Amino acid sequence: MTDPLSFQLRHVTKRFVKGKETISIFDGLDLDIPAGDFVAIMGPSGSGKTTLLNLLGGIDHVTSGEILFDARRVDTLTENQLSAWRAANVGFIFQFYNLMPVLTAAQNVELPLLLTNLGRKARRANVATALELVGLSDRAGHYPREMSGGQQQRVAIARAIVSDPQVLLCDEPTGDLDRTTADEVLGILQLLNREHKKTIVVVTHDPEVTRFTKRTLHLNKGVFVERTSLS
Amino acid sequence: MNQALLVAKNLSRRKLRTALMLVAILIAFFLYGGLASFNRAFYASENSAAADRLVTVNRINFTMPLPVNYAAQIAQVAGVKAVTYQSWFGGYYQDPRAPLFMFAVEPASYFEVYPAIRMPPEQRRAFLSNRTALAVGKTTADKYHWKVGDHVPIFSNIYSRKDDAKAWDFDIAAIFTDPDDSARESIVLMRHDYFDEMATFGRDQINMAILLTDTAAHVDAVAKAVDARFANSEFETQTDTAAAFNRAFTAQLGNIALIVTLVVATAFAAILMIVGNTMMMAVRERTREIGVLKTLGFRNSTILQQILAESLLLALVGALLGLGLATGAVQAASRNIAGFGSNMRMSAPVFLGGLGWAVLLGLATGAIPAWTAMRLQIARSLGRR
Repeated sequence: MTDPLSFQLRHVTKRFVKGKETISIFDGLDLDIPAGDFVAIMGPSGSGKTTLLNLLGGIDHVTSGEILFDARRVDTLTENQLSAWRAANVGFIFQFYNLMPVLTAAQNVELPLLLTNLGRKARRANVATALELVGLSDRAGHYPREMSGGQQQRVAIARAIVSDPQVLLCDEPTGDLDRTTADEVLGILQLLNREHKKTIVVVTHDPEVTRFTKRTLHLNKGVFVERTSLS
Repeated sequence: MNQALLVAKNLSRRKLRTALMLVAILIAFFLYGGLASFNRAFYASENSAAADRLVTVNRINFTMPLPVNYAAQIAQVAGVKAVTYQSWFGGYYQDPRAPLFMFAVEPASYFEVYPAIRMPPEQRRAFLSNRTALAVGKTTADKYHWKVGDHVPIFSNIYSRKDDAKAWDFDIAAIFTDPDDSARESIVLMRHDYFDEMATFGRDQINMAILLTDTAAHVDAVAKAVDARFANSEFETQTDTAAAFNRAFTAQLGNIALIVTLVVATAFAAILMIVGNTMMMAVRERTREIGVLKTLGFRNSTILQQILAESLLLALVGALLGLGLATGAVQAASRNIAGFGSNMRMSAPVFLGGLGWAVLLGLATGAIPAWTAMRLQIARSLGRR
């Protein structure tokens, strides 16, 4: 029996207009990402990795084609519907953490919960759980400037998972970290995939990431040129 | 944490910048509060003038005299209920730079024409019976800590005494209030018969006659009849309603309302540009963060509300500080300025008007940054395209 599908991309085309030139990123791209997958998308700069992540997260729009999430089209949603969909289903992790410098770790993690109907106590409990999961319970009251890069990225992971989304989209999550810290972060992502059944898509240049993912897709000029899977 | 805390945190991220913006807004609202209170006090007497009260002055200029017997002649004009007269004394107490609003009056008729003036009966009797008596408005009495029974030397910039004495000696006989016109509580009244007796010039002359008509509907007809009575005489008259006279008097000092409006508008325009530009910069610096908030699921409208809330909060805090400071300054000024200035107060309309302007300022300065933030595309704001 196959896993239910998280994402399905059908004949996706994406073009940008830059000046007088139209740049085609994807031209009829197809992709299935099953629920519970942990997939690395690799490829050279300009291959379309980030654009693909943007399309999956609903922060950019297809030129044509369809994107389905849990068998429902998301490419046709309005901006407000996409906001609600992202809040409920998708967590983002960025290369440079993108934490709010004026908020403590706990407040940063709490941000997505402000969009829910959870009360203050429940929000605090969720924040504590998320921080515990990434091993930062003792740093809850610290500001980003008071934490190392690895700790900031773990706070970003806690923020991404605090509202318990089904999918985590990670853009170069280890790009700004040393090897040891990067492996720690990837270990957390692996744990989230294995233990908490999160579907995780990682866009990366770092070949070491593939040691943690279930499969790897190699993208070049908008086309998947190689697919490797771990048994 | 909640959205309000997020707004406050964003405002506090660059404390110096926020403080400078607050100071700029504070100055604008301090100016508004002070000048609007000044303006209101300035035009208060115009607005509080009774509709049935007329003022007769010399047709050439109100500083030119009229014969005192005009009062008796005016009293005979049909429709006139009561007449009094007064002369500007040009007095001061101790400090020539702090003039008193002091008039020589005929006491009995004066109280008929200004029936709202309140003082205890025994004080009124004392003022009516003692030629060197003074009746002092409460504001001035408070300012100089005068009380009934005090003996005070008053000097005049205009009138010298026949006996060559420098000071005009007075006994404070009465301290009065005027519930209808609090500006009147800053004036000082001396008796015209004492003035006539002691002044080296100006005997049997007055600055103006003030009359009450039997009904407000007759003011135009009475004014015409009074002026007609003295037409082609040596001292032709100009009779107007008290409100019109006050308006003409204040107009001589310039269009205060326009000046106030221009000063405040200029300050507000400058603040609008300074704060608006700074808010724009502040939002531009947070482009990436706004993008992150949107990826987390914050709606465009929520982002718009947050930026507007920031600019509104900033404007309201600055306005409250500015209006608070203006309240103190106005109170201090009212203690040290004679005449209408003593009537300056931070009134509810001025204060609430200030808060209204603050809301408009907050919305205006936040509108463009909020709109820009709302329209920001996530991919662009994250630098991912």
